[in-house]
Amino acid sequence: MSEFFAMGGYAAFLWPSYLITFVAIIANIVSARRAHAAARSEALRRLDRDSSEAQS
Amino acid sequence: MGTNWAWFHRFGSPPHVYRLAGLLTPWFAWPAALSILAALYGGLVLAPPDYQQGEGFRILYVHAPSAWLSVMIYAVMATAAGIGLIWRMKVAHAAAASCAGIGAWFTVVSLVTGMLWGKPMWGTYWVWDPRLTAQLVLLFLYLGYIGLRSGIDDVGRADRASAVLALVGVVNIPIIRYSVEWWNSIHQAPSVMKMEKPSMPMEMLVPLLLMFLGFTLYFAAVMLVRLRAEILRRERSASWIREALR
Repeated sequence: MSEFFAMGGYAAFLWPSYLITFVAIIANIVSARRAHAAARSEALRRLDRDSSEAQS
Repeated sequence: MGTNWAWFHRFGSPPHVYRLAGLLTPWFAWPAALSILAALYGGLVLAPPDYQQGEGFRILYVHAPSAWLSVMIYAVMATAAGIGLIWRMKVAHAAAASCAGIGAWFTVVSLVTGMLWGKPMWGTYWVWDPRLTAQLVLLFLYLGYIGLRSGIDDVGRADRASAVLALVGVVNIPIIRYSVEWWNSIHQAPSVMKMEKPSMPMEMLVPLLLMFLGFTLYFAAVMLVRLRAEILRRERSASWIREALR
């Protein structure tokens, strides 16, 4: 197992490469979902405001 | 208006695209996750060490797919921007805008993983090599595109100005692609994306191809979520939203 993590002496270059790729993959998922959730609640707020203005 | 154009108009219709993007996202996301996990196992465990680079060559499995994404996303972004300019299609501009952030991220990943691979193999993190320099220019194109958009308040003007920038930047794409052939580059020539037989044993090649597939599907899924956000931001007063969101 420790042999696997040592990666033949390349561990210091290989694992950071995989780490930054992993970070990019997760960060893009999180930020896309956040952007959609934010746009969605903003749109709903705006619809509520418009309909309450129409009633008064 | 002939029926041949019906599909085109459906693709220009924000409610239709919003709904379709929502339906399609899981069909890209889950196969992407499965391909990437399988490719990780294949690349890190099953593939034999390289006869020259030993275990170090395994950086290939994150470097090459990231570099592929960085260029492919730019091509998608410029195509969408061009369609938006020519046919004045708002959804196409929204699609272009959803690409930029993802593309910039994977350009950074390709540069950093390339540096981490270059250090043990070439003895240096960075050289002003044609391939590396063109990839750095790609990052600046993405950042310029994002900066230009955020600097213009009016969405229509931001769309048109950033689309022109995206199209001008297309000249960089063949430069990245052919830099290793046109100039005497330190960067190795592609070992998969070439016409002849790939110069790699199957146990190495299959995880790499799976990784390319997984990254491409991943991009489609993330881009569709961003596209939905972009459509909502642009169309928030439209009446279809009430129906779509409740």
